[in-house]
Amino acid sequence: MADKQDLTSGDRPRRAAGSMDPKLLEILVCPLTKTVLEYDAGAQELISRAARLAYPIRDGIPIMLPGEARPLEDK
Amino acid sequence: MNDEPTQLFDRDLLRSRRLRARDSFAGADFLLRRAASDIAERLTATLRDFPLALDLGARSSVMTDELRGLDRIGTVITAAPDIRLLSEDITPAIVCDEELVPFAPQSLDLVISALSLHWVNDLPGTLVQVRRALKPDGLFIAAIPGGNTLTELRQSLLAADSELTGGAPPRVSPFADIRDLGALLQRAGFALPVVDLEPAAVRYDSMFALLRDLRAMGGTNALNGRDRKPMRRDILMRAAEIYAERFADSDGRIRATVEIIHLSGWAPHESQQKPLRPGSATARLADALGTTEIPAGEKPHGV
Repeated sequence: MADKQDLTSGDRPRRAAGSMDPKLLEILVCPLTKTVLEYDAGAQELISRAARLAYPIRDGIPIMLPGEARPLEDK
Repeated sequence: MNDEPTQLFDRDLLRSRRLRARDSFAGADFLLRRAASDIAERLTATLRDFPLALDLGARSSVMTDELRGLDRIGTVITAAPDIRLLSEDITPAIVCDEELVPFAPQSLDLVISALSLHWVNDLPGTLVQVRRALKPDGLFIAAIPGGNTLTELRQSLLAADSELTGGAPPRVSPFADIRDLGALLQRAGFALPVVDLEPAAVRYDSMFALLRDLRAMGGTNALNGRDRKPMRRDILMRAAEIYAERFADSDGRIRATVEIIHLSGWAPHESQQKPLRPGSATARLADALGTTEIPAGEKPHGV
């Protein structure tokens, strides 16, 4: 059956602190604009250039709420 | 979002209600458990593999656990409205609003939502977003309470309100009508939409016991049009009396109707059954009916 190894291993895996599942990065988009996101591993943020927002990743969990996102400064 | 014309639900309040109910929910999640096992049963019946699934609007691990228990489902992403609702052993997980689905087009094989979409302000919008996030031939299944859910509570509160104040503030959410849901699925572009309703009744000692359960579920009034003041005690007492008078069984316990509507639809794919194109018939209808065909534009018997 389907390959479970991509994202999880074992029945009840635990989240490794601070690390986001890389597979999520491939399929997540900006909730407002549905455009691609850039992953900033250092800042632990997912950046939407189109919406000018940086979505935080907390304990490996992307917080895809515009209300919790950091507005990007204008260049 | 405040400039939108009508926002039925106060989503921020809903989120804080769900958070507040985080610890009590496990003792009052019987409806979710039932809906989740029903959904799992339906999935088993599809005889399909779903490598990547999403549990949208999860408040606990109940639905995700059901999905993980199915051999045909690969990875389950749990999407909760708040990070504090995600226990540590749920992974992969994200936080999102059901009204803003953050998944790329055609990225998911299966989207499930168990008892969460009845709190969404823009259900058509959510359905469209879900359909777009599904791969072709991907499946969406949701369970939501149907129109007559809590009708006894609604009627009792309304009667007490109008008796004592002459007013009728909205106290119970409106729930979706089964026919509307079928049409919504179709409008959102789902193929082979199916909607069915499962009536159930829950019994309680009194209206107060029902309200306690609703509070434990985080399911108390989150309507934007709600009365912001606490409900007057005399209204509450009178409503409980009316409830007991009108909706009690012979043993004195009261009934609360709960309807669970299951909806499902597939993201369109060419392999799915669909009507034939006009003009593609290989046999004449007139022959099948044993009658004479009258060409279009001609009138029979010169009418």
